[in-house]
Amino acid sequence: MLRLPKFSVLHPSSVAEAMQQMEDSQGQGRFLAGGTDLHPNMKHRLLEPKQLIALAGIEELHGISFADDGSCRIGAMTSLHEVATHPRLQSSYPALCQAAGLVSGPQLRHMGTLGGNVMLDTRCQWYNQSYFWRQALGFCMKKDGSKCHVVEGGSKCVAAASNDTAPALMTLQAELEWAQANGQSRMPIANLWQADGIWNKKVAPKELLVAIHLPAPSAHHFGAYGKLRDRGSIDFPLFGLAVTLDCNTDKTILSAGLCAVALQARPWPLKKAEALLVGTRLGDESFLAAVEQVAALASKQCRPMPNIPGDHEYRQAMVPVYTRHTLFAAAENRGPVHLL
Amino acid sequence: MRVFHLQVNGDTVEVAAPEHWTLLEVLRYKLGLTGSKQGCDKGDCGACTVLLDGTPTLACLCLAASAEGKAITTIEGLLPAHRAQGGKGADPLQDAFDRSGALQCGFCQPGMILSAKALLNQNPNPSLQEIRQALAGNLCRCTGYTQIFEAIQAAAKEMQN
Ligand SMILES: Cc1cc2nc3c(=O)[nH]c(=O)nc-3n(C[C@H](O)[C@H](O)[C@H](O)COP(=O)(O)OP(=O)(O)OC[C@H]3O[C@@H](n4cnc5c(N)ncnc54)[C@H](O)[C@@H]3O)c2cc1C
Ligand code: SF4
Ligand code: FES
Ligand code: FES
Repeated sequence: MLRLPKFSVLHPSSVAEAMQQMEDSQGQGRFLAGGTDLHPNMKHRLLEPKQLIALAGIEELHGISFADDGSCRIGAMTSLHEVATHPRLQSSYPALCQAAGLVSGPQLRHMGTLGGNVMLDTRCQWYNQSYFWRQALGFCMKKDGSKCHVVEGGSKCVAAASNDTAPALMTLQAELEWAQANGQSRMPIANLWQADGIWNKKVAPKELLVAIHLPAPSAHHFGAYGKLRDRGSIDFPLFGLAVTLDCNTDKTILSAGLCAVALQARPWPLKKAEALLVGTRLGDESFLAAVEQVAALASKQCRPMPNIPGDHEYRQAMVPVYTRHTLFAAAENRGPVHLL
Repeated sequence: MRVFHLQVNGDTVEVAAPEHWTLLEVLRYKLGLTGSKQGCDKGDCGACTVLLDGTPTLACLCLAASAEGKAITTIEGLLPAHRAQGGKGADPLQDAFDRSGALQCGFCQPGMILSAKALLNQNPNPSLQEIRQALAGNLCRCTGYTQIFEAIQAAAKEMQN
């Protein structure tokens, strides 16, 4: 039995009310979306906020809408299930829907939200454990202790970004809309992350993610998500890779996006790999050759660490395999890649 | 302590419980509805699955406070609901699980049956693949799943007749 620590819950009905409640909580507050990350972490005494501010009753945080120019707004409280199964989203942004559809299992996709997935805490096998377990081992830098069990003598926490939708949103150049104590702001998701596993975001937990905005997809947009995990369901990624390809009418790649997750504290864009794909044509020899080069480069640039469960050498060996498969799946519109 | 107003299996109940309790704790330790199982208590196993407005939800990660205003269905609610609709005997899913030998220790059953119930309400004639997907958040340590999938196929047939 894992008990939650004591707290009280507020149920605001507007963004302004939620922001005021956060202000009033004097550093003790935390936003509650689906609770599927927050509650396990609270049960493990990794977080003990005294005030939860439940976002479920705020209408403007819910729903998926498209503007006339084809761009899309997804409210932060939209469930992963809705994202994964929305027909227009599926055709416009396949990498995102596939990633959302591979998060944990059905119940958690109904409960968990896209905003909560962006804001997911980093994960580590020495951190995501009960208080009793962590105490027995000796705590670590991310919570209650001073050393790192992954990098001996390390001064920085390398707990892994493990949110499946983050790399997809990175390749889609999503923008995040925030409500802050002093107003509103918007930022590209690429600017959200920092290389610190203790808190891998540049935005403080008291700021409210209102919506995720996606630019209109190009006329010939392809995408896929590849996810390595031990079982066909429930597990967090051992390695995840999102791929997007924007082409002209003859399927020559005009721009490409590749971003990996479950490596270090930040989602990991593969910029050089993107450049290798541009100018090649889907299905052509040039594309096949580029895929091999990209797989080799991904092996060098993606270095799984013994931070999350799963043998890191096996995860390393799977990097080129998943890179290749995910690129082909994107090009042939047959993602996700989930080899089990 | 707080008074929660919950709608459980068609009844409106007022129950006093600490504000930080999960729905699972309130169901089991305040309302005596121990059919919903406390397995991992952190989202990994699905044994605590209940339906909130028809949607399968993990009661161990859902606050009682978040379940107010929603129709909560636990395993205890299936038989009365079946009988209230004029049904005879047991609920067809519970009956099919029994007849197919889809259980050994039984700990996973309430969650399995409620995930299956949500599926059949949405999709009365699911394929095997759809059944597997709908139950992908429910672990069973005993049966090997085959008979569970067979039971759901049998119940789907029975319910269509
Ligand atoms: C067994 C299990 C398996 C899982 N598997 C996966 C997996 O495979 N892949 C994966 O990516 N995730 C997985 N998860 C984690 C989780 O279910 C998802 O990441 C989910 O999207 C989290 O969303 P939530 O709404 O439940 O967030 P919550 O738990 O409510 O919140 C998470 C964090 O985000 C903050 N937050 C939430 N919404 C906002 C907002 N709008 N503005 C500002 N801050 C906010 C909260 O304060 C909290 O710090 C798993 C969880 C469990 C228990
Ligand atoms: S990487 Fe893991 S062990 Fe090291 S400080 Fe971070 S959470 Fe702790
Ligand atoms: S007890 Fe809720 S998922 Fe295991
Ligand atoms: S019958 Fe024992 S866990 Fe499923």
